[in-house]
Amino acid sequence: MNYDMLILRFGEITIKGKNRTRFENTALNHVRRLLAAFPEPIVRKEYGRIYVELHGVDPALIVPKLQNVFGINSICLVKRADTDLEQIQAIALGFMTEVMAAQGDRTVTFKVSARRVWKPFPHGSQDMNHLVGSPILRAFPALKVDVNHPEINLHIEIRQDGTYMYHEIVTAVGGFPLGSNGKAMLLLSGGIDSPVAGWSALRRGLEIECVHFHSYPFTSERAQQKVLDLAQVLAGFAGKIKVHMVPFTEIQTKFTQVGHDNLIITLMRRSMLRIATKLAEQHRAMALVTGDSLGQVASQTLGSMNVIGKATDIPMLRPLVMMDKNEIIEISKNIGTYDLSILPFEDCCTLFVPKNPSTNPNLRMVENIEAYIEGLDEMILEAVRNTETVVLQDGLDADTEAEAKGSIPEHEAENTPANSIVKESSKELEDSWF
Amino acid sequence: MLYFDHCASTPPFDEVIQTVSEVMKLQYSNPSSIHQAGVAAEKLVTRAREVMASALQVQPNEILFTSGATESNNLAIQGAAMQKKSRGNHIITTGIEHASVYECCRLLERRGFQVTYLPVDSSGRIRITDLRAAITEQTILVSIMHVNNEVGSIQPIEAIGEVLKEYPRILFHVDGVQGLGKVPVKLHEWGVDLYSISAHKLRGPKGVGVLYCREGVQIQPLFAGGEQERGLRAGTLNVPNNVAMAKAVRMTLERQETAVTKLRELRQHLIQGIDSIPELVLNSSRNLEEGAPHVVHFSYPGMKPEVIIHKLEQHGIVASTQSACSSKDLKPSRVLLAMGCNEARASGGIRISMDAEQSIEDIVKLAEALRIIVKELKPLEKGQHRR
Repeated sequence: MNYDMLILRFGEITIKGKNRTRFENTALNHVRRLLAAFPEPIVRKEYGRIYVELHGVDPALIVPKLQNVFGINSICLVKRADTDLEQIQAIALGFMTEVMAAQGDRTVTFKVSARRVWKPFPHGSQDMNHLVGSPILRAFPALKVDVNHPEINLHIEIRQDGTYMYHEIVTAVGGFPLGSNGKAMLLLSGGIDSPVAGWSALRRGLEIECVHFHSYPFTSERAQQKVLDLAQVLAGFAGKIKVHMVPFTEIQTKFTQVGHDNLIITLMRRSMLRIATKLAEQHRAMALVTGDSLGQVASQTLGSMNVIGKATDIPMLRPLVMMDKNEIIEISKNIGTYDLSILPFEDCCTLFVPKNPSTNPNLRMVENIEAYIEGLDEMILEAVRNTETVVLQDGLDADTEAEAKGSIPEHEAENTPANSIVKESSKELEDSWF
Repeated sequence: MLYFDHCASTPPFDEVIQTVSEVMKLQYSNPSSIHQAGVAAEKLVTRAREVMASALQVQPNEILFTSGATESNNLAIQGAAMQKKSRGNHIITTGIEHASVYECCRLLERRGFQVTYLPVDSSGRIRITDLRAAITEQTILVSIMHVNNEVGSIQPIEAIGEVLKEYPRILFHVDGVQGLGKVPVKLHEWGVDLYSISAHKLRGPKGVGVLYCREGVQIQPLFAGGEQERGLRAGTLNVPNNVAMAKAVRMTLERQETAVTKLRELRQHLIQGIDSIPELVLNSSRNLEEGAPHVVHFSYPGMKPEVIIHKLEQHGIVASTQSACSSKDLKPSRVLLAMGCNEARASGGIRISMDAEQSIEDIVKLAEALRIIVKELKPLEKGQHRR
């Protein structure tokens, strides 16, 4: 099938007021970025939609990419005619000839849905249904009109600058344009859920920065790499993503020594939220996103969520909270994080897990234990200070950005595991090897 | 020295040599080690796998690094046979395969498998009708080389793949060693399940190769040992060579289009030169669709090919008799016999294999040397012939 252009239609953002232009421009930029590798298509914005003129590019190459543009609900594959009755009729007939060639001899139900957007055009929408439909019906006896549930619904949009015809409409991901709803910190573990939560947040227009807690040397380098690989997949949707790698060893080992093994998870999660909240303040994020799914593990029971959630005063967003594991796995496969997530590297959430973690911790008791642990607040601040930030770009490799957090950068360099072994080969040198 | 033995091995790219030495020096850790240096080495292998996959237009998890084409072919054929033996015991291959495929099939025959060796026509190509006729209920594997290593005949891999699409339970292995970089390769499109290549035929290092194993295809490993390469190939990964192979393959494929144009031109000149010497008989096909662009094979019937090889050496020219892997035995070439050549012609084969960086002048020198040598040897021809 030979198409001239694509129409990308926005979803719910079209009902927004003054922010609509900003939302639409964000989506437009996203489209432009995804199409940067293709010189031919021309992208332009119209009221409530984006046009992509193909100029010879095979839509099969770009539609799958554009389906990932947040804020776009559907993509129509369009044939264009000048707004002139005879041309519309001729091109519609040619279009249907191509469509019918793929259908074989069977009977196909059909209707024309004309819409006269440009009112000076002399024929009304109803008239156009007949004027376009009749020659087509005469040419193809296999077509049968069905105005309620047609297999082929030939849409004809009559506008001043051209008339657009389409019957193939591809569903796109929907949501809000990238980053149009502010910023949040995503707690990214390396499991199946948190990347899906991250993607859901991105789709809802949240810009995200990832926070990962590692307990090197109890967790491996590979576990950290796995998280960066997962974040890289998210960067493919977001364009660019920051990952904050938080050294959690000290805090975590401290908790193993307080003598309340069943509360370790609760204590850990609360400290993680405190650290993430501080990072959120530093990076002007307004919420935390987690992959919690109600009842999935001990820390995700309602009782645990209550006690753990009290550790932060900014909103906790839990996109997966009411989803079943199967649904989460389904999404993770679709967005391409599943195969990475199931790699068997231990992360700090599975480390030191007690045999019988509490599913209903007592808030007062937890707070008492925390008060009793000497220097916990200082350790949390220390972890924030020693956090290393990696910036991932889509399609590019990780660049460790020397983002000094707060104080003493030289200490930071010594303490962070990524720098604890001398790197003998530079990135430039490694690039030259391939 | 004029080197005309590129089918046997090729001079590595300078960049490849540099990469091997740098990686060897800087990233010597075992990529399976859990420490950071091991992770760094593993990352290099991962990237090498991605570069290989994109060069072959397949997925990274479909690339298995091996020690070379012989291992790739053995792993593919024995691995597939062992995996599928409960379903059937029949294998189809051709009579002109490289020793690492042919002997592998002979070995399986001794172990109770049935093997059909498809005949080839005078151009060295199998006929699709023969393939169809050979397929039985018991057939589990078809192994057919893409480009023959002696005469350069190109097998109709796409058409074979088309036939085999009707038999989804039969695995399709292609020995691609001489084909990659010289003829188009579309593994996914052609339905190839297993595909062997070797780095040193593509200006990479020796001792490294790849077996492409399509996602979902199950085979048995040859070696017991570690879990490397999805458990299919135990043994420490050869990091410097894996990286360098990826580079060599990428560079070769980037140059393929211009290289093929140039090689066709060289080949045309050489064929004209051979045609002008009546004692020599061309064995390679003249048809561009049937013969690979880098190989010209001819015979001097009645003359031991070693004599010509040594004479050429006196002119500073290096060429081969049959394939390097079997050039030490003095028997007539199995490939030429299969193509219907008589014994005199099959025993007198000379293979000239070229590189695109060679020039027309090199070919002119070669043709001139051949003319002189044939003139010198002509009086001895009969004595040789009586043997």
